[in-house]
Order: sequence, then structure tokens, then C-alpha cells
Amino acid sequence: MAAAPSTDTEALRRSASRIQSQRGTEEPPLIKWTLIALALVFSAVFLLLPLVNVFAQAFSKGLLVYWNSLTEPDSWSAIRLTLTVAAISVPLNVLFGVAAAWAIAKFEFRGKSLLTTLIDLPFSVSPVVAGLMFVLLFGLQGYFGQWLDAHDLKIIFAIPGIVLATVFVTFPFVARELIPVMQATGSEQEQAALTLGASAWQTFWHVTLPSVKWGLIYGIILCNARAMGEFGAVSVVSGHITGQTDTMPLRVEKLYNDYQGAAAFGVASLLALLALLTLGIKTLLEWRQARAYELAQRAVEELS
Amino acid sequence: MSIELKNVSKRFGNVVAVNNVSYSVNEGELLALLGPSGGGKTTVLRMIAGLEMPTVGDIYVRGQRVNDLSVQQRNIGFVFQNYALFKNMNVFKNIAFGLKIKKWKRAEIKARVHELLELFGLQELERRYPHQLSGGQRQRVAIARALAPKPGVLLLDEPFGAVDAKIRQELREWLVTLHHELNVTTIFVTHDQEEAMEVSNRIVIFSRGNLEQIGTPREVYEQPSNEFVARFIGVMNVLELDVRNGVARLNELEFPSHGLPDGQRLRIGFRPYAVQISSDLKAYRHRAILRHTYFLGVMLRVELELPSGLLIRARMTKEEYAFQGLDDGKEVSFQIRQYRVLAREGDKLAPEVAVTHDVPVALGEGI
Repeated sequence: MAAAPSTDTEALRRSASRIQSQRGTEEPPLIKWTLIALALVFSAVFLLLPLVNVFAQAFSKGLLVYWNSLTEPDSWSAIRLTLTVAAISVPLNVLFGVAAAWAIAKFEFRGKSLLTTLIDLPFSVSPVVAGLMFVLLFGLQGYFGQWLDAHDLKIIFAIPGIVLATVFVTFPFVARELIPVMQATGSEQEQAALTLGASAWQTFWHVTLPSVKWGLIYGIILCNARAMGEFGAVSVVSGHITGQTDTMPLRVEKLYNDYQGAAAFGVASLLALLALLTLGIKTLLEWRQARAYELAQRAVEELS
Repeated sequence: MSIELKNVSKRFGNVVAVNNVSYSVNEGELLALLGPSGGGKTTVLRMIAGLEMPTVGDIYVRGQRVNDLSVQQRNIGFVFQNYALFKNMNVFKNIAFGLKIKKWKRAEIKARVHELLELFGLQELERRYPHQLSGGQRQRVAIARALAPKPGVLLLDEPFGAVDAKIRQELREWLVTLHHELNVTTIFVTHDQEEAMEVSNRIVIFSRGNLEQIGTPREVYEQPSNEFVARFIGVMNVLELDVRNGVARLNELEFPSHGLPDGQRLRIGFRPYAVQISSDLKAYRHRAILRHTYFLGVMLRVELELPSGLLIRARMTKEEYAFQGLDDGKEVSFQIRQYRVLAREGDKLAPEVAVTHDVPVALGEGI
């Protein structure tokens, strides 16, 4: 319900920024533009060019070949598997992430710093090592191997293993997004809810979750992008069984190694599209949050 | 709702936040918990609310022991220092929250919220979000939210601390009026003794976890039970005098020794209003220079500098000031009409002593 800003304020703001740059609080224009140019060139060469190349190569043999490369049964099953794995891992990590963030942000307990460190562990461990870890635990020669075999349960070289590896690798995303947001919000709103008679669950649902809405959405998007694109850990754990345990990234590798370049780039282009989509949503969210904040600031200014 | 605390203590690890506090709150009373920061008053408030548990001691509400009742079961309204409004809900939803939890019907909720909005003058703000409200508005919404489910007691934690001074004054008066109308037992925490004096029926004074005194504003001002209270409430001039030859002396000031032997220190305190000042240098026996005048409206605060350099704060009305023809830099004579002997902190204070000087030289007589 904030009123539109007056044109006077806008004009004031613009002139203020002009004065600021003239007064020398910014770098001289030459340095500013050099740095920007440097960043742009770097991004173009290392980021933009490869991305464009993916699409160029994917469509190099024409639209029909592109479409076939995606609908070919083994590629299609890889796409399905990736979506399935993401559909399981992301909600699981949301659950873990919210619980861990809540515990860390709201409570003091022994082992809290250990938990915080553990959450960051997947970031520092090489994904291949992560995959190997699961093989050592659940593989046939692994710690639980005999027990699993006896009960006819397959984890390694099967979908459960892929899910486990993906969950491990994407675990930090949601938690790390939520912890600072929850800490910034503090617990007074929740205490207020308690004094008004709300149970712990009602407080969580009506007060805690809405207050971390944007952080949660952002965390989910990042988690999803990584879940779909994970290669190393899944590669170790899956066994590369075509049509069964190949995810999209693994499929791309297989196609490329079989000299089916265009098909490989075809599947890769889907992953690239996913990356672009993730970036797009992220930018949109950031823009919306900044806009909401700006509107709120203006509203407060007008009142004082 | 009458509340009673019996021998309540609270320890956080090795730190004693509240030390053996006992007092009772009368039904419908407006009680202030006053004291410097860290004194334990907020902890006591939170223990009444159920947000903290006493380490030792019992809390009774209307005769029922509530130590084991959870926050939700205690039927209290709590207002936090920083309002703690639900940021993702508008004013209406904030106030309605407690009612929704209690499963009131929609129509009832609407009626109650509108009733409060009108009472608090917040009607146009119904759809606004907390970030679109001023400090004073937010505080009123916080109080409305706490009162909506009709709690038995209203607890406020430094409710006016985060607000501009002018708004603070308005909110204080508004709180008194509100309390008068609703008659809910209200306890609020403050470190501002003026606020406590102005607003409350009785004041409970805390210092470092100890309960120093309970009384009406007048009682704690005129009859402080120990030095801490005497110095905390209002302004107090404190002098340290050396006892020599049966007289307690500090430079040019002389007081009876009050039974202290030679070589001991006597500490006395007197209020600014107890200092009588005259421009006639023969009217009273002590001399001073009027160093500075502070204009506070009806009253003036005046700083006197004695020949020894000691500073004394005094108070007088504008009229008296003008009548005496006083001004900064003028030499005046003064006397201290009443004072109190200050014992070590914690010891009980003796009542005030009225000073009998030599009969002042009548104006116009002598040289």
C-alpha cells in the first residue's frame, strides 16, 4: 500500500549520484571501465563461448537429429532418471536443511559447531570421494555389503545409491541459505507466537517458514540445479548401466565417448537450459526481493 | 489477576540473574519493574510469562502454582521491546493471530479485531504490513495483539524503549488511559525511572538481581529504603564528610557527626529541592557561585559551585529564580534544609534529617 515515490525524490536521487561520482567517491572512469571490460571479456571467453558452443554443436546436424537425440530410448530414460533422482533428493534435502538450519539458528547445544562443520563437508569433499564413500559402505565388498546382499537390497549400481550420492552432494545448499536468514530474523517473533498460545508446530508453520520464504526458494533452486547436474559422485556409484542407471550428465559422457558428438551436445543443451533457467529464476527472485525492500524503505521514509 | 512470587531465583550457569525475589501483584494494578540494565527485571517478567523457568521458587497466579504451566497455558499477553510483529502478516492478521489459534469463529475474530483497532486508533492501518508502520504504530499493534485474546495479565518488556522521546511521552499517557479503561493487571519493565514514576501504581526496584524496594512512586521517592534507591530515584546530591572533633566536615560545609567517631567518613545525600538559595549573601550561612542554569520548563535546575570547587544541584521555580534576581555567575548564599545519612549500599536508610541552622539574619537587619 506504499504510495508512488514523488518525482522530486527521484530527481534528488539522480543528482545525488552524479555529485557523488564527481566528488571522487568512485574510481576514475578509466579504471572503472577497464575493470568492467576485463570482467566482460573473462565471462565471454570462459562462460559465454562454451555455452553458445553447446547449443551450436547440438543443432549442428539439424533440428531433427536434435529431437531424435533427446527422444532416443536410452537418452530419454536418462532424462527420466535425472528427474526422478532430483524429485527425491531435493525434498529430502529441504527437510534436512530446514531442520538443521532451525536447530543451528535457534538453539545452543553441544555439538552445534560440529553440525555446522558437517553441513559444509560436502562442499570441501571431492564428489568422486563422496561417491567412493558410499561404495565402501554399501558396495558388495563394503561394510554393509553382505547384509544388503542377504536381504536382496541393491544400493550401489542402482537408483538408491544415486539418490544417496546426490543427497550428500547437495545437502548444504538449503541449510546454508536458511541459517543466516533464520539468525537474522531472531526468535522474538516465535516467542510472541508462543505467548499467543501457538504450539511449536503452529509457530513453525505460520511464523518461521514464511519469514524464510525467499531463502528457502533460493536454496531449493540451487539444490535442484546441482542435483540434476552432478557427475562425479553419481559416476562412481551408478555403474553406468545404460538405460538403467545413467543420469543425464553420465549419458552425455557416454554419448561423447561413443563419438556421437551431436547427440551428446543435444542432451548437454538440456542441462545448459536448466542452468540458464536456474540463473533466470535466481535473478528474478533477487530482483523481486530488492524491489520489495526498496518499496518498504520508501514507505518507511514517507512516514517519518 | 493477582500474582505472587515466592523466593524466586534464576541462575544462568554461575550468573545469578535473580536473587530470592518475593512480592505480590494486586489485581488490576499497573506495576513497574524498575532498575538499571542487567538488574534482573526482564528475567522476572519472562518467568511470569513462562518464557524462562525459575531455578528456585514458586510463582502463583490467582492462588494457583504456575511453574509447570507452559507459555501457551498461562493466558498472558506479552509485548516485546522490539515489537516482534509478524512481518509476513498485515495488522489485521497480526492482531487476529491469537484468536485464530484459539479457534474463534471468523465473525467473532473480525468483531474483536475491529474493536481493538478502534480503541487503539489504528483503523486505517488494518491492511498495512509492519514495515509500513511507524514505531509508535507498531507498538500499539503489538499491544493490541497481546490484548486480543483477553489475557489475565499484560506484560510489557521496555515497551517504549525503541521509540522517539516525544512519542514515548504520548504512549505513556496512552498506556495509563488504556489501563484505566481495560483494568487488566499490567506489569512493565523499564530502566527509565521517570517513566516508572509517571505511569505505575507501584514500583518494584531491582538492582543486580536483588529486590531493593517496593512502593508507590511517592514512597520510593520520599522514603527510599537504602542508598541505591535513594540515588536511583530522582536526583541526589551526595557528599562525603570527614569527622573531626565531633563534627563532620567537607571544606566549608559542616554537619553533625551522627554518632560516628573521629576519623570516620560520613556520607549524606540531599535532594535538589532541599537546597534553599538566596541572592542575599547574609540570608544563609554558605556561599557559592551559581555556575549554570538549566531551563526545564516550570522548574529550573541550578548548578552551584562552592569555593572548594564542589558542585551541588539545586532546583527552584521560575518565579523564585526571578524573584531572587539570579543569573549565571552570580554569588549566592544557600543552606541545605533536609538531608539523609547514607549508609553502605544495602543497609537500611535512616529517615531524613531536617537541618536547624543559626536563625538566619533577618533581611534588612545588621550590615
